[in-house]
Amino acid sequence: MSNKKPKTIFEKIWDKHVVKHADGYPDAVFIDRHFIHEVTSPQAFDGLRKRGIKVFNTQRTTATADHNVPTKDQHLPIKEALSRHQVETLRNNCSEFGVELYDLGHPFQGIVHIIGPELGLTLPGMTIVCGDSHTSTHGAFGNIAFGIGTSEVEQVLATQCILQYKPKTMKIEITGKVGKGVVSKDIILYIISKISASGATGFFVEYAGEAIKSLSMEARMTICNMSIEMGARGGLIAPDEITFNYIKGRKFAPQGDAFDKAVIEWKALATDEGATYDQILSFNGADITPMITYGTNPGMGMKVTDRIPTAEELKEISEQTSFKKSLEYMGLEQGSLLLGKSIDYVFIGSCTNARIEDLRAVASMVKGKQKAANVEVWVVPGSKQVQEQAKKEGLDKIFEAAGFELRDPGCSACLGMNEDKIPAGKYCISTSNRNFEGRQGPKSRTFLASPLSAAAAAITGKVTDVRELI
Amino acid sequence: MSKEKFTLLKSKAVPLPNENIDTDQIIPARFLKSTTREGFGDNLFRDWRYDSNNNPVHDFALNNPAYSGKILVAGKNFGCGSSREHAAWALYDYGFRVVVSSFFADIFKNNALNNAVLPVVVSDSFLKRLLDTIQSNPETQVTVDLENQNISFDSHSENFDINAYKKICLTNGYDDIDYLLSLDKEIREFDLAH
Ligand code: SF4
Repeated sequence: MSNKKPKTIFEKIWDKHVVKHADGYPDAVFIDRHFIHEVTSPQAFDGLRKRGIKVFNTQRTTATADHNVPTKDQHLPIKEALSRHQVETLRNNCSEFGVELYDLGHPFQGIVHIIGPELGLTLPGMTIVCGDSHTSTHGAFGNIAFGIGTSEVEQVLATQCILQYKPKTMKIEITGKVGKGVVSKDIILYIISKISASGATGFFVEYAGEAIKSLSMEARMTICNMSIEMGARGGLIAPDEITFNYIKGRKFAPQGDAFDKAVIEWKALATDEGATYDQILSFNGADITPMITYGTNPGMGMKVTDRIPTAEELKEISEQTSFKKSLEYMGLEQGSLLLGKSIDYVFIGSCTNARIEDLRAVASMVKGKQKAANVEVWVVPGSKQVQEQAKKEGLDKIFEAAGFELRDPGCSACLGMNEDKIPAGKYCISTSNRNFEGRQGPKSRTFLASPLSAAAAAITGKVTDVRELI
Repeated sequence: MSKEKFTLLKSKAVPLPNENIDTDQIIPARFLKSTTREGFGDNLFRDWRYDSNNNPVHDFALNNPAYSGKILVAGKNFGCGSSREHAAWALYDYGFRVVVSSFFADIFKNNALNNAVLPVVVSDSFLKRLLDTIQSNPETQVTVDLENQNISFDSHSENFDINAYKKICLTNGYDDIDYLLSLDKEIREFDLAH
C-alpha cells in the first residue's frame, strides 16, 4: 500500500521539473520547450550578448515569425520598415545563436501556439513557455504552459529554467452536455463572464467534466487559450485517447515504440483520486448558449440573446465608472440588445480559433451562401499547414464564392500591430481572444464570439443567434 | 546584471483611477516594433494621452501639469492582458518607479519587478483615500519605504507585502539570471536526465 499524498496533474508535472527548491526563494523550474517570436525576443538575445552567454539548449527552442507579419503577399519583403527590421532581427538572432526558425514562407510557419501542437513539439507532461500570454493554449495536451515576459525569455534562453512560485490550483468543471450551436469558444466565454477577467488570478486551472472531455483537441486548445483572460497563469486538461490520437504521427512527436512508451507515461499524469485544489468551480453545460462580448474586457460577455446589463445591475458598485466608460467606447447603450446590430468586419483567425477545424466549421456554415454587402470578412489561417490543408479540402473555393478573403498565416487583426487593423469606430465580430480598447486597431470595436457565430454574422451582416441558421 | 537599486522613494503621485487597465492601454501593440528596451515612455498610454490627430488629451492625468512624480496610483487589476514586458519598460522609461493599486495581474507584476518598477498592493480603502487625496491635493507627497514595506502619505500609512527574494533583488539591484546562472551545474545534470 502506498501512502503517497494524492496529487493533481499540475502538481505531478511541476514537482518533476523543480531543479532547485530553496525556502524563501522561488523554485527553479526546468523548461522542456521554449517557443520564441519576433516581438518579445530581441531584447532577450541582446541580454545574452551583453552577458557573453549562449542559448542553453537550442534543441529545446523553436522560433517563428507571426505577430508582426503581413498576411498578404508574404513572399515579398515586408513593406513597413520597423516590422521588417523586427523580423530580420529574429532571423539574425536565430542564425547567430543556432535556433531553428520557421520563417515566413517556411511550410511550418504560423502562429506560435498553432504550430507547436501541429508539429508534435507540444506534448503531455512538459513544461512550456513563450513570451506570449496565450502560451496557455498548449495546456490542452496536459502540460504546464504559460506566458512570460522578455526578461524571463532571456532567463530561459540562458539557463533553460525559470524562477517561479508554485501557483494555486483551481478546477473548473463543466458537467453534462452543451446545447445546439454551442462550441468550445462559447464555453470559455461563459466561464469568464461568470468569474470575471481577474477571477482566476494567481491560479493554474484544470478543466474537467463531461463537456470538456468530449471536445476535440482543437476545441480544447480554444478553452485553454483563453485561461489568461480570467487572469489564470495557465490552464490544462488531462490527456486521454483523444490527445494521444492527435499526437500520433506528428512530425516531432515520439514515433513507434517510443510513442507507445510515452503513452504509458502520459496516462499516469491524471489527477489522483483524493487530490485537492485550492478552489473548485462547477458549471452546468446545459446552461451555456452561444455567447458574445459587449464590452472592453473578455469578462464582459453574455448570451447572444441577452440584453447588455445596466450599471445598476453590476455586482460591484466600484465597477460602474469603468463599465460606463467601456460602453461609451463601444458606442452601446446599457440595457440594450446586441442581437440584430449591424457590423462592419468579421475576423476569423488568431491562436484561439484559426485551426483547420475552425475553418471547416466556418466553411460548412457558409457553403453556397454569400456574405452580406455591409461586411468585410477576413479568414486568416493559423499556420501555413492550416492554409495548405484548407486549400486541399477546397475550403478556399467556398470562402471565395462567399466573398470571404483567405489570407496568409499570422496573428493579423488579433492585435493592432501589423498591417491588418480594424478602422476607428468600426464593429468587428472576432474569433480572437481580446476585446480591449484599440486591440484590433486604434478606436476599433470588438465583439468576441465563436467561429460559428462569426460566420453567421458574416452572412447576415449583423449580430446573429447562430441557432437560427443551423 | 546590475539594475537600479531601490530602497526608499518620496515623490508626488499621478492618479489613474480606471480599473482593469490592460497592457494594450499601457503600450498599444503598434509601438512594440522596437528591438531595444528604451524609448517606450513617449508612447506610454498613447491612446489615452493623445487624440487621433496627435493632440494631447487635456483631461488625461499624464497631461495635467498639476500631476507629476515617480509614483503611479491606479485602479484595481492593473496590467491585465498581454504579457508584453514593454508595458513595464514604458512605465520605467517615462519615469515611474512605483505603481500602487489594490490588485495587479500576475505577469505584469513579475515584469515590473524584473525592471525596477515596484508594484505596491494596498487595500481598496487605502487606494481610494490615496486617489481622493492626490486628486484634491496634487502636491501630496507619498513615501514608499521598501525596507520597511510601508507606504504613507499625510497621516495615513499601510504595510505592503513583497516577496522576500524579490526584495533582496530590488534592494541590491540583482536579477534572476544572476541566481539561475549559479545553478548551472544542477541544471545541466537535469537536462541530461530528461
Ligand atoms: S493570435 Fe493574437 S493572441 Fe495569439 S499569439 Fe498572436 S497576437 Fe497573441
